[in-house]
Amino acid sequence: MKAVITVMGKDCVGVIAKISNLCSQMNINIEDVTQSIMQDMFCMIMLVNLSKCSVSQEEVREAFAQAGQELKMQVTFTRQEVFSAMHEI
Amino acid sequence: MINTKDILETIDMLTSENLDVRTVTMGINLLDCIDPDPDKACQKIYDKITTKAAHLVEEVDRIATEYGIPIINKRISVTPIAMLLGAVPDADPVQYAKTLDAAAKKVGVNFIGGFGALVHKGFSAGDERLIRSIPQALAQTDIVCSSVNIGSTKSGLNMDAVRLMGQVVRDTAEATKDNMCLGAAKLVVFCNAPEDNPFMAGAFHGVGEPDCVIHVGVSGPGAVRAALAKLPKDAPLDQVAELIKRTAFKITRLGQLVANLASEALGVPAGIIDLSLAPTPAVGDSVANILEEIGLESCGCCGTTACLAMLNDAVKKGGVMASNHVGGLSGAFIPVSEDDGMIKAATCGSLTLEKLEAMTAVCSVGIDMVVIPGDTTAEVISALIADEAAIGMVNSKTTAVRVIPAIGHEAGDVLDFGGLLGYAPIMPISKYAPDVFIHRGGRVPAPMQALKN
Repeated sequence: MKAVITVMGKDCVGVIAKISNLCSQMNINIEDVTQSIMQDMFCMIMLVNLSKCSVSQEEVREAFAQAGQELKMQVTFTRQEVFSAMHEI
Repeated sequence: MINTKDILETIDMLTSENLDVRTVTMGINLLDCIDPDPDKACQKIYDKITTKAAHLVEEVDRIATEYGIPIINKRISVTPIAMLLGAVPDADPVQYAKTLDAAAKKVGVNFIGGFGALVHKGFSAGDERLIRSIPQALAQTDIVCSSVNIGSTKSGLNMDAVRLMGQVVRDTAEATKDNMCLGAAKLVVFCNAPEDNPFMAGAFHGVGEPDCVIHVGVSGPGAVRAALAKLPKDAPLDQVAELIKRTAFKITRLGQLVANLASEALGVPAGIIDLSLAPTPAVGDSVANILEEIGLESCGCCGTTACLAMLNDAVKKGGVMASNHVGGLSGAFIPVSEDDGMIKAATCGSLTLEKLEAMTAVCSVGIDMVVIPGDTTAEVISALIADEAAIGMVNSKTTAVRVIPAIGHEAGDVLDFGGLLGYAPIMPISKYAPDVFIHRGGRVPAPMQALKN
């Protein structure tokens, strides 16, 4: 069970720390990260594995939504199947 | 990992371009609820709906949360209720409508469709009684939708039903005149009605369908418009069509994913995916805006029918490969009050009823969510229904009329239904009388296109 977390917005200190810390707290394993900064705009895409996740999907979603508000960035959490369905034939 | 560009494109579609799955609709067969005692029949209907759809909303909401896919509506379609009335000659059809309303509210869906009749060739026991009860049924319930099929390519047009429906549309608006004539927004008159349509107000569960089934209606005009906006203005139309196809493919795959997940979670077979571009009143989520993005100054100007024909075709071509089974209405919808661009075009006068009629010859459904003057006669509404039905009959496609006579309002006023139904200015309609034609009754014979065997 995998999901993609995206974080986009104005760059600030501790973005990766905050998101990866959250993952660690919920026992979500990070499998891949790509990140770029263009003209102060931060964009990170993280592939995570939820198979050993210790909390419910709803709590995971809420936790990342709250992190987004605190960072004043757009944080999305979407299951990998969505991207596979839309972009793989 | 999946391509970064693809991930960001999907996130953009979901977060800023209003991509969503418009509806997950559970079709439920009610033929086993027929009973000569109306109270017992209604109890059976209530029990069957609340059992079959007990977990519909909960499971679909869970899928939305778990997968990060917005799923806007959860709905139910049932067997046309007129089929259950034949066995109960003294029953009040409104009692059945109230039962549907109560059952739908109990399971938490936002609409239930199927308070209708299929009379394309004639009335059978129960049909006419149900049709005559529609104004009161829609006035006395909140979330029941009604549809009546008055014609088909195979059978021609039942002009007695067309005449009756003009009056019923008017009476329904009259019966709900204190509530923005909302009843008429929940009533569709079809030609060639599909039996597996997941979209309201015309959804019903056809007799050839399984006992219970899950249909999914996709959406995404905003995503198509945003994709087209990135194309240079001098790109040839082949490229425009190709881009629409690609985007429709992605949108439909999302719908198929939801259909598979919902079917598995509910233990109900997956039915069809309706490949539709269903607009909402949200800014940018508009089929009219797509046509304008292709290169029209305002929807309704010359060129609109051609652009719409191409859009409709490309949506189907893209969607058909993305889904296991295609059905329902499948095509671009043009409901005026539910489409921000259409509302603006109707308000500024570039979009007229006559142009809308032409557009319905090349896209999904028909004269949809159009507000007409309150003094429009029943005969004029019947004649409008006949015109639309003729387009559907001859072109072997579904057409429909959902007009709202704005009782007590004048041209220039606006009716605001709120929510997904949106708002719309009153559009002028020809006042010349088609009365003699409508009062003839009888049937328009099926066209040569019907003789395919």
